[in-house]
Amino acid sequence: MATNETLARTLEAGENLLGRDNYLNHTRGLRSWLLTLDHKRIALMYLVSILASFLLGGVLALVIRTELLTPQKTVIGPDTYNQVFTLHGAVMIFLFIIPGIPAALGNFVLPMMLGAKDVAFPRLNLASYYFWVAGALLALVSMISGAVDTGWTFYTPYSTTTNTAVISMVMGAFVLGFSSVFTGLNFIVTIHTMRPPGMGWFRMPLFLWGLYGTAIIQILATPVLGITLLLLAIERALGIGIFDPSLGGDPVLFQHFFWFYSHPAVYIMILPAMGVVSELISTFSRKHIFGYRFIAYSSIAIAVISFLVWGHHMFVSGQSTLLGMIFSFLTFLVAIPSAVKVFNWTATMYKGSIWLATPMLYALSFLFLFGIGGLTGLFLGALATDVHLHDTYFVVAHFHYVMFGGTVIGFLGGLHYWWPKMFGRMYSERWGRVAALLVFVGFNVTFFAQFLMGSKGMPRRYYNYPPEFAPYHLVSTVGSYLLAAGFVIMAGYLLHSLLRGKPAPANPWGSATLEWQTPSPPPHDNFVSPPSVGDPYAVEEWQFDPRVGGYVHGASVGKP
Amino acid sequence: MRPEGQFDSRKATAAADGATMAEHGAPHPYVHVVPFRVLFGVFASLLVLTVLTVAATKVDLGSTNLVLAMAIATVKAALVVLYFMHMRYDHPFNAVVFVTALAFVALFVMLTLLDTVTYQPELIPGYAPALAP
Amino acid sequence: MSIVETAGHDPHLAHHFPSRRRQFEAGKLGMWIFLATEVLLFGGLFCAYAVYRANHPEIFVWAHRFLDTTLGALNTAVLIGSSFTMALAVRAAQLGRRHALVRLLGATILLAAVFLGVKGVEYEHKWKEGLLWGKRFRPVEASPTAAGGTPQPLLVPAPPPGAGASERSGIPLAPEGPAGLAGAAPALEPHDSRPPRNVQIFFGVYFVMTGLHGLHVIAGMVVLGVMLVRARRGEFGSSYFTPVDLAGLYWHLVDLIWIYLFPLLYLIH
Repeated sequence: MATNETLARTLEAGENLLGRDNYLNHTRGLRSWLLTLDHKRIALMYLVSILASFLLGGVLALVIRTELLTPQKTVIGPDTYNQVFTLHGAVMIFLFIIPGIPAALGNFVLPMMLGAKDVAFPRLNLASYYFWVAGALLALVSMISGAVDTGWTFYTPYSTTTNTAVISMVMGAFVLGFSSVFTGLNFIVTIHTMRPPGMGWFRMPLFLWGLYGTAIIQILATPVLGITLLLLAIERALGIGIFDPSLGGDPVLFQHFFWFYSHPAVYIMILPAMGVVSELISTFSRKHIFGYRFIAYSSIAIAVISFLVWGHHMFVSGQSTLLGMIFSFLTFLVAIPSAVKVFNWTATMYKGSIWLATPMLYALSFLFLFGIGGLTGLFLGALATDVHLHDTYFVVAHFHYVMFGGTVIGFLGGLHYWWPKMFGRMYSERWGRVAALLVFVGFNVTFFAQFLMGSKGMPRRYYNYPPEFAPYHLVSTVGSYLLAAGFVIMAGYLLHSLLRGKPAPANPWGSATLEWQTPSPPPHDNFVSPPSVGDPYAVEEWQFDPRVGGYVHGASVGKP
Repeated sequence: MRPEGQFDSRKATAAADGATMAEHGAPHPYVHVVPFRVLFGVFASLLVLTVLTVAATKVDLGSTNLVLAMAIATVKAALVVLYFMHMRYDHPFNAVVFVTALAFVALFVMLTLLDTVTYQPELIPGYAPALAP
Repeated sequence: MSIVETAGHDPHLAHHFPSRRRQFEAGKLGMWIFLATEVLLFGGLFCAYAVYRANHPEIFVWAHRFLDTTLGALNTAVLIGSSFTMALAVRAAQLGRRHALVRLLGATILLAAVFLGVKGVEYEHKWKEGLLWGKRFRPVEASPTAAGGTPQPLLVPAPPPGAGASERSGIPLAPEGPAGLAGAAPALEPHDSRPPRNVQIFFGVYFVMTGLHGLHVIAGMVVLGVMLVRARRGEFGSSYFTPVDLAGLYWHLVDLIWIYLFPLLYLIH
């Protein structure tokens, strides 16, 4: 400990602020955190909260996989199993992945990328966090008072008639919706009104374009989920009869309502991760991003087109054939902007100087895993094949490849990228690579087997299954344990870095965006002196300086 | 408990406007004040249109009745949005935000309507077993 | 190029904004975005309305006659009036007229209360008539509505003993079990004395839409009440009136929604 504090003091104040006045120690006491208006502290509170949710969701996943080791009962009964997979979905989606990157990383980085002191509405930002907490508490109430066994999609009429604690869970999700909306609102206004002089729209880092596209979806889609869940709760409580066929209602209408939000929601999940990847690929290829405008426009295109495809979740639900065809066609369309991004990232790496640091390992994993996930979405988007694949493990594998292999991997890449900035500490690069490899291998073992058994007809959400699927389930479960091991190692070295990590310089990775023009961890007001606004991808202007162990602007000394 | 960065608006207004509130202070140059006669004109128009829309239901125009009612409602809404809500004098992006929301509602309604109308013939008419005696 | 440092002298200027104008515009944009989310929230309900009305127009034609058009039109005028007083209140704040601001905010809240009062009268009437949603739809015999002149619902005679149900229902028995794919429901004459099947759907939609709108009116009254208290304390003036302006935007949206609810629910031909 003493050695690192000495190290911290030897680094110039312009590089590292450990042991000096930074945002972490600027004010002290629990109240100074719980009532903070500092976007960086709010981001940290979110980070801890969503990681705890990820842990809970992950444990539930392990229970699912362990139960599915054998074709009959392994560890839990069938009703419990229904509750476990429902909670796994609800917790992961509403508590972890939707807030995910925007709340935990975006809140920290967005104002700094704009050279600003905070987001447009700091009090709304704090309120956003407390809405998350309130929603999480309601979900917790549901979990301890009977939980939910409807699947995270809450389809009627089962959700309006089942005995489980549906109302508290959907009300929790309703409250969480406010958190999401207010975050999106804050980000849109901040990007519109707080860009510095010299930073036009097309001089912003692409992570901000990703967050902007995400915010558009959050604003337009989340209220529809709100009214859907509200109607569901009212239906359960009062028997209104809008979705319940036994009262004259229409259950397919519920699905239209639900998926109008929930499809764009998956783009809330992936757009920020794509934004992170744009930053990582450029920085760790030591090369200007290729096709900036294409990537920027594709974020907006994805945001808009994502609203046009929701019916592809309903091909076999009773939706008319006419609309099935319309939605299938539009689903193929939405793949195009995503592909544009992948091509531009690949072109960025071409003739770049690839640096396989931990964040870059995650970025490369993203390209591979999201590629598979996205392409398998097309199998599901085609009407004829979807009839066979709907509600099988093929779907489960597809969405885990995009949500986990896409968003979570992107999140991990961003976490490892901005970790030195947020905490002023470097983590062990060796253990970082070990964990990244373990996560990659474990992920593919877990979920590729699911593509195979899904295409052979293994249904999803099933407690028992025919014995011929047992080998696939065995492989998948072993993969899940590997994945868990990777995360345990990750937690280990990250926590270790907080205590004993090497003090981080201001710009360890040589990125040209503004958040690296301030010491790590940043001071309370974000910048010691106003950063100079230029091209956010001019990485060649930054050279490694071994005296500070990081990149400095203009100086030319050596290579890492 | 006022964290750093907060300001006390009461003291601030008093300081900016003098110890007592001026009866006719001048707002900042970027603020547009809508003239009274404009606001009153909009109010009167809204009442007239309300009377009109009620009267229109006495006339049978078949399915055009709905279109007419919605058209009158839209005129009323436009008056409220443009003048009461100031959009006529505001930054144009605020209008983009509002119109986009309306466009997405229209998208949602139209596609859902198209689907339900198409599968409607496949449903059992009057099906509501929980309500039958 | 560098960021303009904030002067810090202007007490109304938050430390993270470079100018008052930017801060004001940010506030307005933020409120418009919030209003967009409200539009989408109610948009879902308008979608449910559209779906059920398009597929079962006979239900809406038959059931809307139980709504009192006069009271509905009165409420529309009341809400339009409250929008007028609100716009005048914002104007008063901009011009620094504290007394006028306070009185106009008070008038707005008063008119909102009148709106809720009339709504309460309507709801109470429905409750007494048994015109509620879903299973609670049990219309009472032959009671004219307040305005008079509307046809009374006729009850089908109580089901024979042993039919199993313990509660009265206004829904006629299906003739011979479900019709399946045999065809559409028989067309109803406009003033058929028999209610169409599933007429309770109209009341489900009615109560959810007007109920959610009413909740927004209540929330608006709370917000305006806070503005009133702050206005009386002299917090608003020509140099700072943003909260009144933003509250006004919200209030106008509440009016906007009712402008569409009124013809859709009350003025069905």
